Amino acid sequence: MNIFIEYSLFIYFLPLLAFLVNIFFGKRLPRHGDWVSIGAVLITLALSMAMFAGMLFSYDPDFRVESSFTWISLGDFVIQLGFLVDNITITMLLVVALISSMSHIFSIKYMEGDPLYSRYYAYLSLFTFSMNGIVLSNNLMLLYMSWELVGLSSCLLIGFWFAKKSAADAGMKAFMTNRVGDIGFFIGIMLLFTAIGSVSYSDIFSGVANGKITGTLLTFAGVGLFFGAMGKSSQFPLHIWLPDAMEGPTPVSALMHAATMVAAGVFMMVRLFPIISPDALVFVAYIGGFTALFASTIAITQNDIKKVLAYSTVSQLGYMIMSVGTGAYVAAFFHLVTHAMFKANLFYGSGSVIHAMHHALHKKHDHETDPQDMRNMGGFKEKMPITYWSMLVSTFAIAGVPFFSGFLSKDAILAGSLSFANHHPEHFLLPVFGFGAALLTAFYMFRLIYMTFHNEPQMPELIEEIHESPKEMTFPLVLLATLSFFIFYTLPYFNPFSDHGWFTYVIEAKTSLVHGAPSAHAIAEGIHHSHLPAMIISLLVAGLGILLAWQMYLKRKLSAERYANKFSTLHRLSLNKFYVDELYERFIYTPVLKLAGKIAFLDWDLYDKYVVDGFGKFTEWFADLIGKMDYDGLDQGIVDGTGRSANRLGDILRNLQTGQLQNYILFALFGVILIVIIQTMV
Amino acid sequence: MVSNILSWLIWLPVAGMVAILLIPRNKEEVIKIVAAVSTGLQLWLAIMLWLNFDSASGSFQFMENVAWIPSFNISYALGVDGLSLPMIILTPLLSFLCIFVSWKIDRGVKGYFALFLLLDTGMIGVFLALDFFLFFVFWELMLLPMYFLIGMWGGPQREYAAIKFFLYTLVGSVLMLIAILALYFTCGNTFSIPELIEAAPGALEGSIWWGMSAIKVIWILLFVGFAIKIPVFPFHTWLPLAHVEAPTAVSVILAGVLLKMGIYGILRINYPMLPDAVFWFAGALAVLGLINVIWGAMCALAQTDLKKLVAYSSINHMGFAMLGMAAVIAASGLHGENYIAAQAGITGAVFQMFNHGTISAMLFILVGVIYDRAHHRDIDGFGGLARQMPVYAGVTMVAFMAGLGLPGLSGFISEFMCFMGAFPVFRVIVIISTLGIVLNAAYFLSAYKRIFFGELNEKYSGLSEIDGRELFTLIPLAVITLILGVYPGPFLNMIKETMSVLIDQVVLIGNFAVIP
Amino acid sequence: MDQLHNYLLIASVLFSLGLFAVITRRNAVAVLMGVELILNSANLNFLAFSRFGGMNFNGHIFALFVIIMAAAEAAVALAIIINLYNNYQSINVDEAGQLKR
Repeated sequence: MNIFIEYSLFIYFLPLLAFLVNIFFGKRLPRHGDWVSIGAVLITLALSMAMFAGMLFSYDPDFRVESSFTWISLGDFVIQLGFLVDNITITMLLVVALISSMSHIFSIKYMEGDPLYSRYYAYLSLFTFSMNGIVLSNNLMLLYMSWELVGLSSCLLIGFWFAKKSAADAGMKAFMTNRVGDIGFFIGIMLLFTAIGSVSYSDIFSGVANGKITGTLLTFAGVGLFFGAMGKSSQFPLHIWLPDAMEGPTPVSALMHAATMVAAGVFMMVRLFPIISPDALVFVAYIGGFTALFASTIAITQNDIKKVLAYSTVSQLGYMIMSVGTGAYVAAFFHLVTHAMFKANLFYGSGSVIHAMHHALHKKHDHETDPQDMRNMGGFKEKMPITYWSMLVSTFAIAGVPFFSGFLSKDAILAGSLSFANHHPEHFLLPVFGFGAALLTAFYMFRLIYMTFHNEPQMPELIEEIHESPKEMTFPLVLLATLSFFIFYTLPYFNPFSDHGWFTYVIEAKTSLVHGAPSAHAIAEGIHHSHLPAMIISLLVAGLGILLAWQMYLKRKLSAERYANKFSTLHRLSLNKFYVDELYERFIYTPVLKLAGKIAFLDWDLYDKYVVDGFGKFTEWFADLIGKMDYDGLDQGIVDGTGRSANRLGDILRNLQTGQLQNYILFALFGVILIVIIQTMV
Repeated sequence: MVSNILSWLIWLPVAGMVAILLIPRNKEEVIKIVAAVSTGLQLWLAIMLWLNFDSASGSFQFMENVAWIPSFNISYALGVDGLSLPMIILTPLLSFLCIFVSWKIDRGVKGYFALFLLLDTGMIGVFLALDFFLFFVFWELMLLPMYFLIGMWGGPQREYAAIKFFLYTLVGSVLMLIAILALYFTCGNTFSIPELIEAAPGALEGSIWWGMSAIKVIWILLFVGFAIKIPVFPFHTWLPLAHVEAPTAVSVILAGVLLKMGIYGILRINYPMLPDAVFWFAGALAVLGLINVIWGAMCALAQTDLKKLVAYSSINHMGFAMLGMAAVIAASGLHGENYIAAQAGITGAVFQMFNHGTISAMLFILVGVIYDRAHHRDIDGFGGLARQMPVYAGVTMVAFMAGLGLPGLSGFISEFMCFMGAFPVFRVIVIISTLGIVLNAAYFLSAYKRIFFGELNEKYSGLSEIDGRELFTLIPLAVITLILGVYPGPFLNMIKETMSVLIDQVVLIGNFAVIP
Repeated sequence: MDQLHNYLLIASVLFSLGLFAVITRRNAVAVLMGVELILNSANLNFLAFSRFGGMNFNGHIFALFVIIMAAAEAAVALAIIINLYNNYQSINVDEAGQLKR
């Protein structure tokens, strides 16, 4: 067996083992078993790094190892499961393992003293296991299964503090929203399976290339699969679960709801890009572009530090999705990787801030103040220098400032959308979405930094108690902040303005297998041409965004309140997330529940009670009727009637029966006389 | 290997019943132990049968055949194949576990366990009988103890529920009896199922009864008879009532075994004997499956009684199996000889049948556990139990997740196969019924959330954790669900040959030319 | 004088008297006596027809039979009347109506 497959097996099954150990024995183990999960994930990280090193040494864009076994075989119906290890897999594995290890380490202190500490680590391991399944799978079946398991572990971790109703609700919402997306995914799988008869990527790819499924059907299959991605990557209109998911512990948010799980949708689209038809890709691009802009307009008014980051994540995921839609799927994957680093870091940073706030509030016996509300912060810069500087680095990265990773990947995406609009002028909205979102991103990220760390403290009585977080928590911050610099992605080159480097070499764009789709070369050419204008515009908008934030929240030259009042409708819409949740509530949840109630009523109180029991009642009534007819009519009327009439006749006749012999003889005499008279008359 | 193993399987519980009847009324422990031993032995026999079963063959094995009433060609014929084997394993397993589920029964212990063992015999007999008359006898035999078990040990509305169940099923039985007699007289005066499978398609061809093809008439009679058991909408309303009113163990048997008899009957009798009608009816079957899926899920979503929710989930789950069954016609020339879909669908249906047996059994046992403690089943009446009863919450999580079809648990694979199979033929129906997946998740999760999450209801801060006996009844089922969910290969290998034979019987013998 | 119709006339008078007694008398003994008269009128008819009808001795034999039967009947009837008297302290036939009620 290939060494890569062997490593993959370890990477896949170790977290599962850790999950089983922790869920059953975690409580009884020393340190409540956190070392089991951490050990497993660190070994995973080591193996991923080994694989990564192997990939860099071979430096081969076509590197690819595959291995499967027969899972179900019914003769003709065969399903094979297996692993596919190529450069995308290895890169993604490293990202997952890295962020996952950071979360495991971060959680040691963050979750300290929680009564369900071992359960928490078990769930984290379950997540790592299922996420690795998504990454390693070489077929849609294992992908779908891991997909759902990721949904489950996310649901469990979001609802980890289940005693809080909002947390439990958020967990359920996440699972349900993902399930809605998964329906589309499932239908997509069924369409492909029906046409091709296999679930493995390679069979599907060659099937599409051979034209076994084409045209509208293929578009439907692509859109169906994309629905899965929409659910997982929280694209509009299925984005509603991600902001609520912030009810979970912050390391979980960093791991799943910023870096890995939500990126699974993008990962899938990257994986399956060659079989998505151009028509489906347009749909993908619009959904992604719209989500990018839409979410960032919400993020600019949120006051909860995690909510800002959550909407920022939705927006960035929209970027990636849009990029896949415009054909620049390598750029999408690139952004996935860089975003994973800096966004996870931002979440850890916010976690560190919240942790500090929480402890400070706890010391002051203040249980009213919301430790996540940025309006209660300010001036933390001196108190938490490591957190501040690492978050600042990541903010530069996400805002698209040169010398940071985000600049490169975002630029590639914007170039992609610009080139797409060049080729198809009717889709001019896509770059508008992209640049608009870039502007807002820079704005709200710096707003977050200024509100949290700069200015004078909003709660001066608290500031004394704010302390830098322990090493377990600052270590991930420093590491990930370091990884937000451009250099790690452009080696062996040092040009901070070009994404040219190892990444773009090993992850080579493949031409779509769908007939009529533009070749990878044509797309790359277009991106190359759009590179410079895209860079200039993006620098301009990022600068403008930062400037605005600086003026509004640091210098206070422009009053945020005044603008809020001026555009009060827009402000209210943004603050209330465009009322999407309310719309769902109004037009989906409530009607469905009402309908369910109606159906249940129909089923039980009408159908069963009147129709089914009605049959019984009718039978009873009918039997009664027949019984009446039988007794009153036949028996009493006719049968007994004969007897009764005889009786009545007897009653009349008995009067003759005087009981006196002489009378009888007299009658006899009369009779004789009568006979004689009749005789004589005849 | 025991000789005449099938007869042993059938009559062991009766032996146990006789033994119980001989034990004095007040020795309750002894009665329970005898019941446990006899079902335990039966389970052991079933496992022996499974180990000795030749899964490479698709025909009947371990056949026994003794003339019973020779003047009517009735014989005592038994046999097992890949279709009945899963149920032969499931039935003793559930019976054995149910003895422990009902360990706390406090009145009429002797009668309860005696009837329970009689019920066991009836169920096993239905799955093993290869003679139509014998089949019918066991079918009816099973009805009687069920009636008394619901009617005497059930909940507040038990008499109403028992009568309703009895009448409903009896209507089905009557229709079935007519069909049996019709087959007997038209197909060479025989009750033997293998002979009828050979003879019926030819003998019935072309005959018209009351302006309708005889094939259709017999199909409808048999189908309604079995549909009431499945239960297919609109014959389903006995089920929530009977499930809710029955004692826990009886609910388990009802959901775990009795519902399967409908599907088993259709696959055993309707499909091979009336292949022509399969083509005629497959569309309707798929539509009925869709209705079951959506209707069951919607009704479950609206329930506040946990047991009723689980009962409606059964209706929902059986819908998936019906979709899978309808997929068999994919293998015909009309649909491009798509054997992949046909195999997926019909094997998925049988697999779903087995999985629903284990999963719904788990669900009902879990409902029983909480009812024994809180004395009510109102979903909104709990809250925050996850902290009070963490083990119970964990096991319930596994069961609910299995119920909503989470990958890694067996329910997912069978639902998936049913969908995959039905999709090429009934595309729109399957797409609509995938909504059931979401609704499924909605009702299970919201119930879970309302019972286990949130603040702990003060009233239940004294609730005791699930005990060893209850865990003993749940863990085997959970383990089976998990193993089959991860690696269904062995199970599917066991049934696949029989399913191939069945598909061929339908699509090769069946003539999909329009029958009048 | 020695004519058939004279005999028949006397017999019919006797019969009518007997019938009258049976119908009208309340006393059981009187009723019995009426019955005797009827029987004797029948005897007279037998004998008359025996003498004028050429019937040899058949009529005599019948008459003898009737006389014997009448004796037996009188014995039975008197026993009934005594029982009647024992039960009702009366031999009035009107009072013996128990069967009717």
